[in-house]
This record gives sequence, structure tokens and C-alpha cells, in this order.
Amino acid sequence: MDHVDDKPMTRWQRFKDNDIVWSFLSSPGAMIAAAVASVMILACIFAPVIAPFDPFDPAQISLWDGKLPPAWVDGGQSKYLLGTDNQGRDMISTILYGGRLSILVGLAAVCLGMVLGVFLGVIAGYLGGVTDAVIMRLADVQLTIPGILLAILINGIGRAALPYELRDEFAIYVVILAIGLTDWPQFARVARGATLVETNKEYVQAARILGLPSWLIMLRHIVPNTLRPILVIATIGLALAIIAEATLSFLGQGIPPTTPSLGTLIRVGNEYLFSGLWWITLFPAVALIVLVFSVNLLGDWLRDALNPKLR
Amino acid sequence: MSMLLEIDGLNIAFPTRRGTVHAAKSVSLTVKAGEVLGLVGESGAGKSTIGNAIINLLEAPGRITAGSIRFMGEELRDLDVDQMRSVRGKRIGMIFQDPQTSLNPLMTIGAQLVETIEKATTLRGRDADDHAVALLEQVGITEAVARLRAYPHQFSGGMRQRVVIALALAGDPDLIIADEPTTALDVSIQAQILDLIKSLCSERNLGVIIVTHDIGVIANIADRVAVMYRGEIVETGDVAQVLGAPQHVYTQSLIAAVPRADIKLDRFTSVDYIEGTTASFRRVDIQNHWLGKSQQRYHTGSAIEVDQLNLSFVLQKAVFKRNRRMLQAVNNVNFSVQQGETFGLVGESGSGKSTVARLIAGLYKPDSGHINIFGKDINQDRKASNSHAARQALQMIFQDPYSSLNSRMRVLDIVAEPIRFYRLTEGEQETRTIVTDLLEHVGLGAAAALKYPHEFSGGQRQRISIARALASRPRILICDEPTSALDVSVQATILNLLKDLQQELGLTMLFISHDLPVIRQMCDRVAIMRHGEICEVAKVDTFFDTPQHDYSKHLLDLMPSMNLLSDPIG
Repeated sequence: MDHVDDKPMTRWQRFKDNDIVWSFLSSPGAMIAAAVASVMILACIFAPVIAPFDPFDPAQISLWDGKLPPAWVDGGQSKYLLGTDNQGRDMISTILYGGRLSILVGLAAVCLGMVLGVFLGVIAGYLGGVTDAVIMRLADVQLTIPGILLAILINGIGRAALPYELRDEFAIYVVILAIGLTDWPQFARVARGATLVETNKEYVQAARILGLPSWLIMLRHIVPNTLRPILVIATIGLALAIIAEATLSFLGQGIPPTTPSLGTLIRVGNEYLFSGLWWITLFPAVALIVLVFSVNLLGDWLRDALNPKLR
Repeated sequence: MSMLLEIDGLNIAFPTRRGTVHAAKSVSLTVKAGEVLGLVGESGAGKSTIGNAIINLLEAPGRITAGSIRFMGEELRDLDVDQMRSVRGKRIGMIFQDPQTSLNPLMTIGAQLVETIEKATTLRGRDADDHAVALLEQVGITEAVARLRAYPHQFSGGMRQRVVIALALAGDPDLIIADEPTTALDVSIQAQILDLIKSLCSERNLGVIIVTHDIGVIANIADRVAVMYRGEIVETGDVAQVLGAPQHVYTQSLIAAVPRADIKLDRFTSVDYIEGTTASFRRVDIQNHWLGKSQQRYHTGSAIEVDQLNLSFVLQKAVFKRNRRMLQAVNNVNFSVQQGETFGLVGESGSGKSTVARLIAGLYKPDSGHINIFGKDINQDRKASNSHAARQALQMIFQDPYSSLNSRMRVLDIVAEPIRFYRLTEGEQETRTIVTDLLEHVGLGAAAALKYPHEFSGGQRQRISIARALASRPRILICDEPTSALDVSVQATILNLLKDLQQELGLTMLFISHDLPVIRQMCDRVAIMRHGEICEVAKVDTFFDTPQHDYSKHLLDLMPSMNLLSDPIG
């Protein structure tokens, strides 16, 4: 008989038994990428604890210390390991605080794009017909416009709509909105494709025979089963969103210089590049590249691990 | 007579991260020229692995750890890759299960044949073309010259399998390995293909190994049979002797589990050996249980009434009506199912039997016609069809045990979903008790509730499906090929369970299958479908003894004959 007697696995056993976890532990590239990414992200999150200075505290900034080179270069001071920027802020602290902002914007924008995209994609895939056609053509139209251009446009409109005195305060939300709104078609396409596959499976038919309403079938049965591919593009999307934020800020469209993000720092440094102050641009740029690269590697690994055909 | 193929003490291991799986344990086999050897076993027995090992096509990470494979006196394990390649295709031909995927869809049949012929023989150009035509004629394809320019999609499944056989013959092989050659085909075509293989075998003095799970196929085609169980060969011998008077316990229970078409039995013979230990489980006194107390709404008359049902699918969309291509999937179908009856719906693939089931379940809307369930037309007004009572009254069990359960939900939540959705219980505590009782009753332990579907075998998953279907306390159960994806021993236990449940709960059952012996065992009445139409409706015994319609007679003739099987065990 098919009697089942053995105990169900505990959560921890289930976790250890998981193929994804196993694939992760047997892939050194993914482990290094994950280590680098998590060290950087944790350092940025705990910036107030780790950073030697608070770049937003005017009492700790002294213009006399401005434009100091890194500690190992002639004229550098040991308390500013990577030197200072034009306003005398410690580079390490500024990068940590800036990275914090970049990661925050990236995560929030990806979440916004993901929720919107999955919502529309699953509805399009499940309902089909006219709903599908309208949503997906909208996505197609949006994909014909370069993402960064669209983000600049949304960002510009968002700022113009705000009263002048609130602009700086709300700039970060406008940037999140701009990047998130440009992101959704990727999510919608993948979610729709996965939904089409799942809808034809018999467990969804069983739920329909049971008389569950469509929204409940989508929420309880389809969405959890579309999450794997969504997770992959969300990871790669995070890297892209961080880049997009940096690009906006570099163009002066994003986060204002008073609360610098990595992109803002690079832009500020760019102005001093020809005066020989290379460190103001180089270090934030390296931080950005390493962060984006490791997140991207992680996304690539996840895509391979979740695709049984490549295993 | 000299041996064509001798396998001696073959061991095959698949190292995986959860330990090494021994797919074959000291397997020894011989095949003579002009002989058909049947290799029979259930899924996971390792029968296909042996076929692949002979031609050195084991899937990574599988490898041979011990033993020898001698083909015409030559040790195949000693050959290098190039030598092996020349043996494969030239001297040993392969026929695979799915003719859909074993042909290249972008090349014509002729190009594929000629390519193989030129690889395997010295024939070139026109000679190769002529040989291709000869091969096609040999496998029974008419107008072979014209057919050479056709693409695989222009052939039907059976014709495609004939082409695959022609490809296997291209190198004039001495041995052919056929891996489930007819599993993807309908019965009528299965019989033709088996005849073809059999006649080729005797004409060309070929050795044939036919790998299959189907004892009916073995009974029809094989001279000798080897029975595999968990990587071991438990019994070898003459077909008549092995199937007629099986020695090993496993073979006995395997043969006993095959549904019989000649007489109707009360229950299937239980096959404890195959399923392993017989853990006793608590059966619930179901009449007095929550499950037995469905809200009785008295209705006299039929449970299901189908009247002039029509449905067509659009094959090709077009703006203008005359350019559209439609398929009449269901064509003027009428039948009625009495309460408490098991009604069978039989037909080959594409006959529209599953479509009828889905229409009754409300998954499709008919183009015209009426479906009355307990006297209410389910498509008349939307309110009636979506009302909780109507939905609860009818549940369905699906064919594929792998896709019919949501893999992201625990079994508890899967089975409890109908109960929670309809608020059938007083509270969560009662729901859990009922789910546990249900799982016990369908033969899974209470521990199953906290597991996820991927931790279960196909048969166990089907039990979960049944538990879920019963959770809304239905009065009609639609079973769409509930056991065709399962092994024959598991099939017997699942069918027994369905029979028991039907008696205990007084369920009305619509049972859809292509398998006539299963229908005979399960059903009271039966309807035969073909091309969307019903040919005949009859009592099941009447149908098997005196079929009226020509197509019914045809189907019954094609049923793999089990004459060789004497009365198994008593």
C-alpha cells in the first residue's frame, strides 16, 4: 500500500535538500558573487555604524580638509583612507552612505516594477483575449522607447508636478517611480508566459471546477508557481535599476548632491577629474561596478540553476 | 543456434548526490537471431537503461560498473567511440517511443533515410534513393516514391513510427532494440506496428529486443520474455510459460494486476509484493463520518443528462468565416448517467471523450446543447452553474498525477482547499481532523498532510487527487484516464480504491478511458466515441459479448489478446 509513515522533513532539512541550495554550494562563482554582494550590501545598510564619519553632519565636515588625496598618496591623511571630496567629506563614508541610497532606490524600483509587472502579466495570461492584447501591446509600445529615456521623462514630469520646495525631499521617490515604471514590461512578459504554461495544468483546472473565483486562482495557485523565473529577472533587474539610478544621478536628473548617491558622487567627481582629483570619481565608480557585477553574476547563476534544461 | 547478443552479469550505476542508484544488478540476457525478446517491467525497473547500455547511450552520469555485452562474439564494452558509432545504426538499430521526436521535422523523410543509408552502407546517390523506396515499401508505406518528399508532420503517428522502423532497418542491422515502440500510439495502430516488427523479424532473421511495460504487447509479439524488477531480472523464459505459469512472486502479482477483459471481477487482485510492505491503515467508518453526510437533495432521475451537445474548436483563425478551419470535437452527443452508476466513455485519442468530460465539468462552454446535472442545466444561467451547491456536487480526477497538484502547497492545504473555501466545517481544527481522516482513508498516512507533492510517487499523488476531489463531498466524480499514467500494479490499487469509495459514498461516476479491460472492470454502462460522435451505448457485458456497431467490433478485435494467460492465481 501507499502508506506514508516517515516523518515529514523539517524546514531546515527541506532547505538543505533543495536543489537550488545544492547548486549554489557547488558553484564557486555564485558563492564568491554572493559573498561580495552581501558584504557590500550589509556594509551599506550598516553605514551609520561602520562609516568613520557622517557626511551629512556639518559639524564633522571641514572645507579645510577638502580635496585630500587617498592616504597612501603624498599629501594624504591617515584619517581619510580614500581621501575626501570637494567639500571635505570622507570618501569611504560618502560611498557607504551613497551606496545605501543606490541600493534602496534599486530595491524599491525593482519591487515596484515586479509587483506591477506580475500583476498585469498574470492577468493578461490568465484572462487572455482583449485584456491580454491591450496589456501586452502597451508593454510592447513601452519597450520601443529606450528605458533610460523614459525614466528621464517620467522623472522630469514627476519633478515638475511637485511644488518647488518639496522637490529635493521627494526626489528619491520620483526616481524610484521613474525606474519602477520603466521596468514592468520585462516582468509582465515573463509572468504572462509562465501563467500560460501553468493555466493549462490540471491543478488549475481542478481549482476552476471547484468554483474558486479567478482572482483567488491567480493569487493562490498561479502566482506562486510563476515566481521562479520572476526571481531571476528581479535579480538581474536589481543590477540594472542600480545602474539606471546612477545614470539618472550622473545626468543630474536624480538624487540631489546634498544627499549623494553613487551616481551623484561620480558626477561630482567628474567635474574635478581634469584637475587631477581622480579619487572622487574612481572609488564610487569601482564600488558601483563591483556591486552591479556581483549581483549580475548571481542573477546569471540563478537563471542557470532554475533552468532544468541547462543542468 | 549461436547467440546474437549475450549480456552477462551487467551492472549499471547512476551516482547521484543522494547516493548511487543501481539501475541494473547483474543482469544476464541472451537474444538469438530471429527471436523477439520482451523485456518487461514497471517504471524504474531499469529496462530502458539496459537497452541504452547495449548501444552505449547511457545518460550521464550512468555507467557500466561490471559485466560484459557480447554482440556476435564481439565485446561491445571494449569498442571506442568511433567503432561503437559504426555498430550503432549499422548493425544494431533503435526504435524509440515517440515518433514525434525521433524524426527531424525540418528534413524530408527521403533526406533522412538517404542520409542514414549513406552513413550505414556503401550505397550512394540513386542507389541510396532506390534503397530508401524499398525500405519504405517494406514497412508498408504505399506510394513510397512520392512520400520521400514529404515532411514528418505530413504523416500520422503510426506512419511516422513506420518511417522510424525503416530508419532502423537502413543499415541492414542484425539486432533491433525497440524501446516502448507503441506506447505513444492508439490500439489500432499498435497492432499494425507490432505485426510489422514481428514479420520483419522472421523475414530478415533479426534479433529484436522489445522494451515495454505492457504485458499485452509482450503476449502478442515476444517469443521469450525477461521480467525486470528494481534492476534485477526475476524471471526469464518462454512467453507462454512465463505468462501462463509464472514462477516468481513478482511476475505472478504483475500478471494478476492486469485488468481482464473476459470476465468482470469484483475487485482487482491485490498486488502487495509490488507495493512493498502492507502497512495496515485505519479505515474510517465513512457512512457515519462527516464525509458521508453530504447535504442530500433528493432528486429523482438521472444524475447527468447530456442532450444534443456540440462543440467545435477553431484550428486556424481567420477574419472570414470560410477561411476558418474548425474541428468538430463534440458532435450531437446524447447520453444520460443514472445516479450511483459508473458510466464509461471509451475512444481513441482525438475522439472527444475528454472534451465531453470538460464540458460536463464546466471548463468549456458548449456551442449548442444542454447539460443537466441533477435536473439543472449548468449553462442555462450563470448563477446556477457557479452556485456553490452545483460546484460542490461534481469533482474531477485528472490523468497526470504530476501536474494535477499545485507543487507549492502542502498536501494539507491542497486537500483542505475545498473545505475551507466552502466553509464546510466549524473551524480549522475540524478541517484538519477531516483532512487526516481523508488521507488515511485513501491509503496515505496522516504524516502525508505536512509534506509537499514532490515527495510522493505517481500512485500516491493520484490518491491525494482523490482525497481533494472527495473533500467537497461531491455526488458525481469524473475520472479522466485516472490510471493511464500509472504502472499496472498501482493502477489496480487505485481502481480498487475508486470502486470502494463509490460503493461507500454512493457516487455517480463518469469514467473516461481508452483501455477496454479497465472499462470492463469499472463500469456498468459504456459509450463508445469516435470523431466526436457516440457510436454505441450499451451495458458493459452486452458491449463486450455482442458489440453492435462496426467500430466497437473493430476496437474489441484490436485489444491485445491475453489468450496466453491462463487463469492467474485461482
